[in-house]
Amino acid sequence: MKLINKTTIGWLVVAIAGFLLLQLAVTTGIISAYYEITLVTILINIILAVGLNLIIGFSGQFSLGHAGFMAIGAYTAGIITKYFPTYTGLFLGILAGVILTSIVALIVGIPTLRLKGDYLAIATLGVAEIIRIVIVNMQSVTNGAAGLSGIPYLSKWPLIYVFTVLTILLVANYTQSSPGRATIAIREDEIAAESMGVNTTKYKTIAFILGAATAAIGGALHASYFSVIRPGDFTFNKSVDVLIIVVFGGIGSITGSVVAAILLGFLNVFLQPFGALRMIIYALALIGIMIFKPSGLLGNKEFTVSGLLRLFNRKSAQGEG
Amino acid sequence: METFFQQMINGLSLGSIYALIALGYTMVYGIIKLINFAHGDIYMVGAFIGYTMIHSFGMGFFPALLTAMALSALLGVLIERIAYKPLRHATRIAVLITAIGVSYLLQNGMLYFYGAEVRSFPQVVDNTLFEVAGLQVSRIQLLIFATALVLMVLLQFIVQKTKMGKAMRAVSTDSSAAQLMGINVDNVISFTFFLGSALAGAAGVLVGLYYNTIDPMMGVAPGLKAFVAAVLGGIGFIPGAVLGGFTIGIVETLVSAYGNSMIRDAVVYGILILILIIRPAGILGKHVKEKV
Repeated sequence: MKLINKTTIGWLVVAIAGFLLLQLAVTTGIISAYYEITLVTILINIILAVGLNLIIGFSGQFSLGHAGFMAIGAYTAGIITKYFPTYTGLFLGILAGVILTSIVALIVGIPTLRLKGDYLAIATLGVAEIIRIVIVNMQSVTNGAAGLSGIPYLSKWPLIYVFTVLTILLVANYTQSSPGRATIAIREDEIAAESMGVNTTKYKTIAFILGAATAAIGGALHASYFSVIRPGDFTFNKSVDVLIIVVFGGIGSITGSVVAAILLGFLNVFLQPFGALRMIIYALALIGIMIFKPSGLLGNKEFTVSGLLRLFNRKSAQGEG
Repeated sequence: METFFQQMINGLSLGSIYALIALGYTMVYGIIKLINFAHGDIYMVGAFIGYTMIHSFGMGFFPALLTAMALSALLGVLIERIAYKPLRHATRIAVLITAIGVSYLLQNGMLYFYGAEVRSFPQVVDNTLFEVAGLQVSRIQLLIFATALVLMVLLQFIVQKTKMGKAMRAVSTDSSAAQLMGINVDNVISFTFFLGSALAGAAGVLVGLYYNTIDPMMGVAPGLKAFVAAVLGGIGFIPGAVLGGFTIGIVETLVSAYGNSMIRDAVVYGILILILIIRPAGILGKHVKEKV
C-alpha cells in the first residue's frame, strides 16, 4: 500500500484544518486565555480517553488505574523539565515518563491481566493508589503531598494538539494492525481467540502498556502546561473522569472518545457556576447512559476519511446516473 | 509486647468495622457478581444519618444506630431497584460503571447538602477507659466490638436458619435454578441489599463514634479496604468477610504502630494485589474451574 493515498491525505487535511480552525479562533480572540485552558483540558482528556479506550474498548480489559500512570508521566516530566527547562528537556521528560510508565505497566500487567473483568479493575485501582502513596512518600524527589510547583511552562496548545493527533494516530493505526485485530478478537471472545492461536496475555499486555504510555504523555503535558501538580490531582476520581468520557463516547470508538471529550469539555464550562451540582449531574448522566444507552453516543462506530470518500463517490455516482 | 497486645485491641475494633462493611460487599457479590462500588458511600450516608439523629433529634446511641441501619437499608434497596435492576442482563462492566456512578452521586449529593467540611460526631457514649492487665480498652471499643459481634451472629442466623436466608443461598448457588424452584429472585436480591446496607449503616455510626469525625468522602478509603477484606477472606463467603475484615484491621494498625502510617494504605492494596495473583479465590474460597 502506498503511503500517500487519498485516505492519508484526507486525514492530514482533517488534522491541519482542525489546527488552522483553532489557530484562527485563538488569534481572533474567540478562544480567550480563559478558554484556552478549556481547550488544553479537552486535548489532554482526548489523549487520556483514547488511551483508556484502547484498554477498555479494544482489548476488553477493565482498568481503573489510568490516573496512576498519568501521575508517573506528570511527575517524571515535571522533575526533568525543572532541571532542563528547554524543549529538549520536555521531550526527554515525556520520553522518560513513557518509558517508566511502560515498565511499571509491564510489571503490573503480566500478573494482573490474568484476572478477569472486575477483579482486574480492582487490582489496577490498587496499583494506582500505591503509585500515588509512593509519590506522597518520596518527599525528597516529589515534594510529597504539597506537590511540585514551578514546573516551566513549556507546552503551549499547538504542541499539545500535535501530541493529541499523534496519540490518536498511534491508537487508531494499532487497532487496524494485525496485533490490533488479535486484541479485538480477545475482546470478542477470549477463549475462542486463545483456541485460534492468539497469545492472549501478550496482546492484552501490549494494549495495557500502550494505553498506560499515552496516559503518561497526557500527564506530562498536563504538568508542563499547568506548572503545578499534586498527588491529589491523580486520585481514583481522575480515573473515573476519564472513564466517563470513554463510556459517554462509546466503549470501543476512538471517534466517540474525541467527541465526548469535546462535549464534556463544553458542558464543564456551562456547568462551572453550579459547583457541586455539576458532579451530581455528571453522576446521574453516567447512570442514565448505562441504563438507557449502554453503547454510548457512537457505540463502536468510527469516523473515517475512507468512509467519507465512499459517501462522496456514491453521491457523485448517483448524480451522474 | 504490651504495645503489641494494645495494638491488637485497636486492630480488632477497626477490624470489626471493616468486617461489617465487607459483609455487604461479599453478600452482594455472592448473589449478583457485582462489586458494589457504592457500598462504601452507603456507610458514609449511615454515619451522616446517625449524626443527624443524634445532633438534630437528640436521640441516644441505640435509637440512632437502629434508625441509621433502617434508613441505610432502604437506601440500599432503592439503589438496587432503580440503578442495578434494569441492568440485570447487561455486561458486568456496565453494572460496575453504574455502581461507580451511584457512588459519585452519593458523595456529591452529600457534598451538596452537607458541605465538604469535616463535622465532629456528637459523643453520646462517655468514653471511659478500662484497664485490664495493663492494657487499655475504651468503652467505645467494647461497644463497637459487641455491636459488630451481635450483628454478625444475627446475620449468620438469618442466612442459615430462615427461609429468606435459604433463598439467598439458593440464588447465590444458581439463580436460574432457584427461579425455577419458585424463588422470587428479585426480592431475594433486594433483601440482600437490605441486609448489607443495614450493616454498612451500622458501621458508619460506629466509626463516627470511634473517630469522632465524619465527612462526605469518608466512605472511599474504608470502602475499598473493606472490599480488599472481602477478597482476602474469599468473596462470596460470609465467614471470609469477617476473617478478612479482622485481618485487614489488625494489619493496618500494626503497620501504623511499628512502621510508617503513611504507607498503611499501600500495604493494604499490596495485600490485595498479592492475593489476587496468588490465590484469587481468597483464604476460605474454593477455586472454581473455568467453563467454556
